[in-house]
Amino acid sequence: MNAPIPHALLAELAALLPPDALLTAPEELKPYECDGLTAYRQLPLAVTLPSDEAQVIAILKACHRHGVPVVARGAGTGLSGGATPVAGGVILSLAKFMRILEIDPAARTARVQPGVRNLAISEAAAPYGLYYAPDPSSQIACTIGGNVAENSGGVHCLKYGLTVHNILALRVALVDGTVVEIGSAALDSPGYDLLALMIGSEGMLGVVLEATVKLTPRPQTARVVMASFDDLTQAGEAVAAIIAAGIIPAGLEMMDRPATAAVEDFVHAGYDLTAEAILLAESDGTPEEVEEEIAALQAVLSSAGARELRVSQSEAERLKFWAGRKAAFPAVGRLTPDYLCMDGTIPRKHLAHVLTRIGELSQQYGLRCANVFHAGDGNLHPLIMFDANLPGELERATEFGARILELSVDVGGTITGEHGVGIEKIGQMCVQFTREELEAFHAVKAAFDPRGLLNPGKAVPTPRRCSEYRLAGSAREAA
Amino acid sequence: MSDTAAQLIERVREAAQSGTPLFIRGGGSKDFYGEPPAGEPLEVRGHAGIVAYEPTELFITARCGTPLADIEAALAEKGQCLPFEPPRFSPASTLGGVVAAGLSGPRRASAGALRDYVLGVKLIDGRGRELHFGGQVMKNVAGYDVSRLMAGSLGTLGVLLEASLKVLPRPAAEATLCFALSEAEALEKPNRWAGQPWPMAASAWHAGVLYVRLAGARAAVAAAVKQLGGEKVGAGETAFWDALRDQTLPFFAAETLWRLAVPPTAPPLALAGETLIEWGGALRWLKSDAPAQAIRAKAAAVGGHATLWRAPEAMKRAVGVFSPLPAPLMQLHKNLKAAFDPQGIFNPGRLYPNL
Repeated sequence: MNAPIPHALLAELAALLPPDALLTAPEELKPYECDGLTAYRQLPLAVTLPSDEAQVIAILKACHRHGVPVVARGAGTGLSGGATPVAGGVILSLAKFMRILEIDPAARTARVQPGVRNLAISEAAAPYGLYYAPDPSSQIACTIGGNVAENSGGVHCLKYGLTVHNILALRVALVDGTVVEIGSAALDSPGYDLLALMIGSEGMLGVVLEATVKLTPRPQTARVVMASFDDLTQAGEAVAAIIAAGIIPAGLEMMDRPATAAVEDFVHAGYDLTAEAILLAESDGTPEEVEEEIAALQAVLSSAGARELRVSQSEAERLKFWAGRKAAFPAVGRLTPDYLCMDGTIPRKHLAHVLTRIGELSQQYGLRCANVFHAGDGNLHPLIMFDANLPGELERATEFGARILELSVDVGGTITGEHGVGIEKIGQMCVQFTREELEAFHAVKAAFDPRGLLNPGKAVPTPRRCSEYRLAGSAREAA
Repeated sequence: MSDTAAQLIERVREAAQSGTPLFIRGGGSKDFYGEPPAGEPLEVRGHAGIVAYEPTELFITARCGTPLADIEAALAEKGQCLPFEPPRFSPASTLGGVVAAGLSGPRRASAGALRDYVLGVKLIDGRGRELHFGGQVMKNVAGYDVSRLMAGSLGTLGVLLEASLKVLPRPAAEATLCFALSEAEALEKPNRWAGQPWPMAASAWHAGVLYVRLAGARAAVAAAVKQLGGEKVGAGETAFWDALRDQTLPFFAAETLWRLAVPPTAPPLALAGETLIEWGGALRWLKSDAPAQAIRAKAAAVGGHATLWRAPEAMKRAVGVFSPLPAPLMQLHKNLKAAFDPQGIFNPGRLYPNL
């Protein structure tokens, strides 16, 4: 970045904020140089840590006046580089906004600040028998503001929905510091569904100041069936058979053999290591309901060719069955210095084809890959293992990942189900969307942020970037 | 591209060139809804047909002119449904109109709204370009969620060509209970039950009687029937909920009808007139001669908004159909309108007179 450092802005920020809320020294900026996508790093110009709304607005106004980009940041657990700093830009950390402002048990809602952790909402709602349903794997750490920005999912979204289905209202600061209320505690609002636009907008349309979330009654009980399959196609068909039987399990997850091996070694949950695929199907509700559904699941899975079926007999056993799936990322992390987590969604019927093709690509690129799959909603997380210290491995892993995402689009799916585009998948946006569609996205961005100052360069590629991406693709094919 | 889509694109391009406003129209079942329509009719009924329906992938894709009745019949054959129960004001109701109006029926409070089930759309923008957003899979965060933005936009942002919706299995069992309760009690009880793991599907209160619909697993419905008390309605319950959904209950035969969306726990609104309450209290229909301003103020005071649902055109013009937006939100609406429809040819004034 050759642009002169806007000292005037820094001076202004210093006047607005207490000394410990403005970081500018390189060693202080270092912890903010990346999010969960650690392969990409960039030091920002400054990090701001406001503690109240007035400070957020003042920061936005100052940056807007100086034409300096702003990247909002929660816990930095995102996996696509959504919170990666922009060179010469300011990080707006919402980490101090940790208050749960109100829980209304009768209306089943919670009003929270953006830096509140996902799991903290459920903990606060627990005394009322309620919880916040979306449960991304990072829920211990990730914040609701970040969940809104990414439209985060989790393992229960087939039945309980994504973030977009569980947010009622947002208080949002626009790029120039104007504050707007979007949505409401009622079930709809007049005009356009700006809530839908804001959720999953990767911090590019506004900054969340407050969120009103929907709370769900905690099911009385839950049990899980664990099924082993000798064949991926069979496992995929079993998932379809469950849906065809009219069952929407609370959770429906699959792991392939490499993933099972990785997690078993880590959590010792008693997974069948010889199976090609392990399927976990959870039922929740009243005890009567769960008993009925578990019996139905067992019947469907048996006739779908499951080699072995185990039903959790206690809450402890249920958690044990899940432990491996929930720890899949760290478990794979133990096997390899680095890994990239892909996030395509595919129509489930193409699962066997896609996994076979990923196996071939794994050979071709000489990199191991384990697959965990939100089987209920088709969201596939291939974990590509590599060592960034070996020359060329990061590039190979990135290319391998790009091929998987292109494959997801080819079979009628999408490049990202729940992690967002960020900087990681910006090239593949050119595969999924036409030039005109990308233009429409830029127009939406301009409707909120005409000067392009909020998290610029993320999520929506420029036409030039797409030309380069396509050129690289043609070169690869020619080679 | 089909011939009908090509013709629609051609019409839009011509209209954009000449600056001719278009009144996009499917089955015409919701002509009464929104600000009075203006412009040259663009009939989209001809662009019809189910494009793809895959029960085990839980989605259906159909062209905008497809009758809702055809879609529901196809789903019923496979034991599935549109859980948000879009109202059918006439058998002519089409998918495009369902999405553009964004309306949901009795099960909305428990099952979610139409917008929650939109997976993807294909549309014609104001430059006459065919654009595709979202898709057929449940989870998709690539790009802004333009497909959901179309839900409820009343055709002001584009001509929908196709929509993909998530579908779900029909509940295995259903039962309806009724209770003699005051309005205040009828607002308290369903919210309490909804906070517990009962299979609540829908509720309606009118003239001192609360109806509660349960839907879900057989065992869950049976357990709830035992626990919640009340009287089982039995025969005629499906007809009742259908009549509520399609607004053929006698209550809805009114020249002027207000729709108030408020937080479910808002107390009785104490507005003169007759009320019918749905969605556990979150939706309140009101037949009232009270001044529009008073009704809107009351709705706003409890955190909601009031829509002039049905009214003579003169009244609509005088007081506006939808609650006015704060200036910064209206500015965002105008910016979005300009982004998708720079010539302002799609359903001008249908949502707000100046949009």
